[in-house]
Amino acid sequence: MATTGDVVLEVRNISLAFGGVKALTDISFDVREHEVRAIIGPNGAGKSSMLNCINGVYTPQHGSITFRGKTFSHMNSRQVAEMGVARTFQNLALFKGMSVLDNIMTGRNLRMRSNLLQQAIRWGAAEREEMQHREFVERIIDFLEIQPYRKTPVGRMPYGLQKRVDLGRALAMEPQVLLLDEPMAGMNVEEKQDMCRFILDVNDEFGTTIVLIEHDMGVVMDISDRVVVLDYGKKIGDGTPDEVRANPEVIKAYLGTSH
Amino acid sequence: MQAASAVQETTTVPTTFPRLMLDHAAQRPDAPALREKDLGIWQTTTWRELATLVREMAGGFAAAGLRRGQHLVVIGENRPRLSAAMLAAQSLGAIPVPLYQDAVGAEFVFPINNAEVAFAVVEDQEQVDKLLDVREQCPQLARIWYDDPRGLRKYDAPGLASIDALLDAGRAFNAQQPGFVQAEVDRAGVDDVAAMFFTSGTTGNPKGVVHSHRTLIDRAAAGARFDKLTAAEEVLAYMPPAWIGQNIFSYAQWLVCGYVVNCPESAATVMIDLKEIGPTYYFAPPRIFEGLLTSVMIRMEDAGRLKRWLFERCMAVARRVGPARMDGKALSFGDRLAYALGNVLVYGPLRNTLGFSRVRVAYTAGEAIGPDLFTFYRAIGINLKQLYGSTETAVFVCLQPDHEVRADTVGVPIEGVEIRVEASGEIMVKSPGLLKEYYKNPAATAEVLTAEGWYHTGDAGFLDAGGHLKIIDRAKDVGRIVGGPFDGGLFAPKYVENKLKFFPYIKEAVAFGDQRDKVCAALNIDFEAVGNWAERRNLAYAGYTDLAQKPEVYELIIDCVKKVNADLAADDKLAGSQVSRFLILHKELDADDGELTRTRKVRRGYIGDKYAVLIDALYGGKTSQYIETQVKFEDGRTGMVAADLRIADVPTYPATRRAA
Repeated sequence: MATTGDVVLEVRNISLAFGGVKALTDISFDVREHEVRAIIGPNGAGKSSMLNCINGVYTPQHGSITFRGKTFSHMNSRQVAEMGVARTFQNLALFKGMSVLDNIMTGRNLRMRSNLLQQAIRWGAAEREEMQHREFVERIIDFLEIQPYRKTPVGRMPYGLQKRVDLGRALAMEPQVLLLDEPMAGMNVEEKQDMCRFILDVNDEFGTTIVLIEHDMGVVMDISDRVVVLDYGKKIGDGTPDEVRANPEVIKAYLGTSH
Repeated sequence: MQAASAVQETTTVPTTFPRLMLDHAAQRPDAPALREKDLGIWQTTTWRELATLVREMAGGFAAAGLRRGQHLVVIGENRPRLSAAMLAAQSLGAIPVPLYQDAVGAEFVFPINNAEVAFAVVEDQEQVDKLLDVREQCPQLARIWYDDPRGLRKYDAPGLASIDALLDAGRAFNAQQPGFVQAEVDRAGVDDVAAMFFTSGTTGNPKGVVHSHRTLIDRAAAGARFDKLTAAEEVLAYMPPAWIGQNIFSYAQWLVCGYVVNCPESAATVMIDLKEIGPTYYFAPPRIFEGLLTSVMIRMEDAGRLKRWLFERCMAVARRVGPARMDGKALSFGDRLAYALGNVLVYGPLRNTLGFSRVRVAYTAGEAIGPDLFTFYRAIGINLKQLYGSTETAVFVCLQPDHEVRADTVGVPIEGVEIRVEASGEIMVKSPGLLKEYYKNPAATAEVLTAEGWYHTGDAGFLDAGGHLKIIDRAKDVGRIVGGPFDGGLFAPKYVENKLKFFPYIKEAVAFGDQRDKVCAALNIDFEAVGNWAERRNLAYAGYTDLAQKPEVYELIIDCVKKVNADLAADDKLAGSQVSRFLILHKELDADDGELTRTRKVRRGYIGDKYAVLIDALYGGKTSQYIETQVKFEDGRTGMVAADLRIADVPTYPATRRAA
């Protein structure tokens, strides 16, 4: 596994409530550079809420998030993206009618410098820029081995491949930190293995720090460096996969007691 | 006939592959040699660039210690830098040995140790992993270079490096010894070993087939002259490079003719790449053509009613007119008009979808191709032809000339080839393209090569009245009819079985007749096809056994067998193989019951023993026979299938010599 370094992202005492429902209570953990960090927990444990707080979609009532030494109590999604954090979605949020190429190209949006008018008439700098971005996107297509589908509308592709396109779009942002929301959900065994390999390859080749939510324990334990365990919005465990596996509270809450 | 064609063109200059490449680089440096789709764009390597690449790579090999006569293993898909590696090895007088990229690691052990290989150039991580896995068993394998560095960043196995590092070393080496590589190229003789191909032996270890520059270049040039290939051809290389067929088409003939070889982006994009490139010269085994046709048919099923109607009407015209048109026969005005209309509406767009718009010459080889499949492609205007050859003959033995194409022959012997048919029916070949030897295996070499230079093909067949070679079976399977009206006639079981199986209603066939007075067959119907047929006729049935014994089904199959007999009777040599009696088996032949091999070939001997009572009934003149058979189900349980099988008689015809 990749060698991990300094803390890039630190979550401190986060609490989030929707009216009377406490989604997250006093959660703290950190993410180190180049590591694969998993957040696990049973359904409704608050995993996606946690991710949405980091991502700037939700604003927690209490607590702070520190990214590379800068502390925020609330921020919006664009700021987060500009800081180099990209994400994928549990239920996919792709443009179904657009091709794989165009979908991944949308991930380059933040890096386009030419203005709307230049892009519309493909003039000068805009054309050169488009070529650069297209090359970058092609590298991702090559990396994710989806060349046969380059021009296929995403809606016509199998689910497992759509997930891969979703990952591709996040990679197009050249993120430093990649948030993956249940990347393996709804996949068959072979698709899961492929996705695991791609996640490890991204971590390996680009040195991207990965925060991933998953409830497939087998997958998480195999590919993560460290794991945070949530249950009913509270943190009940944190450590290496082996430590978490041995934690009695985690076993009780999540893995179930042996009968 | 061979002598005449040989006189026409004997101008093959004795040369080697590296010299051919350097000639192209000198004469047309900026012409494209190779294309590879990378990042969605076709990237071109010119002959000049190729020459530089090969020189640097050869320098790298020399620096690493690869010497004349040593072997270099090449494993991967068709990639420009792997082709360059073969040329670079040959430049030094070393011998490239391409291995099948889809083989498991353990299969590499024998060839690597047999040829004492110390150097390997491979495509990617997958191949590197396989080689590292078997490295303990191959201690002499010192250096491995890879083309695609993906996933290999953290590997630190000794001797493992990228091709980029190899090229750096080569540049440094060439700077120190500028004349070395060229001097090595000049030293090579045409009869030096150029390459070695391992054939997958069905029993025992594979055998390394050794070819010299002369054998490969001679055959490649003969094939090129036969089809008038030029430097303007476009070829898509997508079959395994370790297969000599692919090697001839995308290496030997590439260097002889100087055309462009295109490497697809990945195995999954071949259909897209085929359409983008639009090759002019194409080669594939029958199963590829079958797969293409199936994909077209499935999409037609989903098309609207009007489109289906149009497609069916046009294809009817094509089947009637197309083959005659391809054979250059005169057509009536009406037919020409109908075909032209069909061409605009259906055939042209269809060829385009298949990526065959520009195909001038397409070949199929390797196994028997069904006449319907073959005719389909000819009907829509694709010049699909058959050829005959093997690894040992450097492919080109017989080719079908344009306008003389038939589904059941494999063409005429081309220039330089002499063919002799032994009394046993085995075909013997003499040509300048025969293998030098099997590597380190003089016993096997002596078995196939006679002192006079004839090669035992192991195939049985004959030259028909038109001079076309017809392959009927493996020589060891061919038998004789003894007694009866066809006494002494040839019995070619696989030929008969294939003819039967080309009917969609017949799934499997087993023919018996060696040392007997007539041929009898046991058949399996195709449950799906016959089931559909029965449903359309409102014929009720309860499962396979019931359907198989319906009198109506027997009538259907008798018609098929009659057609096969009429076809066989048209051939005086094979008239004796006509099927006199047959029965439809009560169960489907199954590999789990040992009746088929895992690759779905019938095990004739085993079936003959297992169903001896049926065979006796066929030859004993009975009209039905009761049988009980134990069957194994997929979950391991066993059960019994019992039935009273009908036996049908089929008329046979006296031999009618075909007017040639």
